[in-house]
Amino acid sequence: MSAENCGKLLLLQAELDGELDAAAAAALAEHRASCPVCRRNESAILAARQALRRATYHRADPEFLRSLAGRIGGERGATGRPSLRRRVSPPWRRLATFGAGAALAAAIILAVVPLGRQDTITALVDDHVRALQPGHLLDVVSTNQHTVKPWFDGKLDFAPPVRNLAAEGFPLLGGRLDYLHGRSVAVLVYSRGKHLVELFVWPASGGTKEPASAAHKGYNVIHWTANGMSFSAVSDLEAAGLQEFVRDWQQAS
Amino acid sequence: MGSDDVFAAVALPHLDAAFNLARWLTGSRADAEDVVQEAMVRALTYFPTFRGGSSRAWILQIVRNTAYKMLAARRGLHGGGHTSLEEAGGIEDIPDLADGPERALILSDDLTRIDALIEGLPAELRETLILRELEDLSYREISQVTAVPIGTVMSRLWRARRMLAKAAEEGEKKGDKR
Repeated sequence: MSAENCGKLLLLQAELDGELDAAAAAALAEHRASCPVCRRNESAILAARQALRRATYHRADPEFLRSLAGRIGGERGATGRPSLRRRVSPPWRRLATFGAGAALAAAIILAVVPLGRQDTITALVDDHVRALQPGHLLDVVSTNQHTVKPWFDGKLDFAPPVRNLAAEGFPLLGGRLDYLHGRSVAVLVYSRGKHLVELFVWPASGGTKEPASAAHKGYNVIHWTANGMSFSAVSDLEAAGLQEFVRDWQQAS
Repeated sequence: MGSDDVFAAVALPHLDAAFNLARWLTGSRADAEDVVQEAMVRALTYFPTFRGGSSRAWILQIVRNTAYKMLAARRGLHGGGHTSLEEAGGIEDIPDLADGPERALILSDDLTRIDALIEGLPAELRETLILRELEDLSYREISQVTAVPIGTVMSRLWRARRMLAKAAEEGEKKGDKR
């Protein structure tokens, strides 16, 4: 076994893990192209990754998750089991008085969508998961909103607003048509790193609603309405990241 | 909105990841359930100190600490069994990963086999690899969860991949003899 080390192996690994910025990747590229050690190790890392895709992702029993989620959700979790809250009442009570404070506002304040909307949340996440199957994600592939927007013309009975958030770190990948509760909706697909953010858009029945968030099967969902349109952003991005997306979308013109 | 909802919004999206990590660290479903449950109680307790950032890393950090605490308590009762890794080599000593073993990894397409190879890694390498490859965490998030500098995350990741490749290679040789 060769013990050669070109001195760039951890950089190479970082590049393959998506950790290098464009400048660092460009600086590495020249060396990488001419270094046999890097080439060998690149294929070894990719082989390890491919093998790890077959590793088991351990899933908890649905019953255990439901029960735990119910207890985390406090009084809404009518599972008949004691709420977690009871076991930790002193700090929780501190939290309750603290809850309205500014510290929490920074990252995580959004009302949870009322449970009555659970069917919509489930449908959105199911659409999103189905779209992640190969070949289902995009009907129109373009990073240009002026290409994506006209593509929807004649395919929908409304004109969805399309914005490119590349400058905010959510580049537009394209769009597709999807169906939600029996009606056609526009879906705009954005990326952040390895994560996808999908924005479902359809005509709203009510007035303006502030963003509200929910989670289902590990996906985060944020819903709001504005200017006569309903918007639902769905992603496996963590909650704070998805909230950033929603803020950026609302502020973009 | 209620404080319950705030905590639920932070914690609920990460229950799957919490269970997966706990199961990989403890090696048992029952232990993993105990760990996740206990970790959620702790998360609720520590929640006032959560200042945003990656909620996934925050939750997984608590899950990890809870799992190790449980394992340590058990070792105290039964003694022994701890696998640890000498990390004296540091970042400079990075041995070549390649030279054959990737073939073994590709060939070992048996699910239980890959799982067994991961189980065989020392805990600090196993957790780093799981967080990177199964949970898709960034180096920075892994550094937060495992409480080590990013440089250590990078060298652990390298060692984990190298050990995995070597173990696969050795397994393949044994298989050939049979």
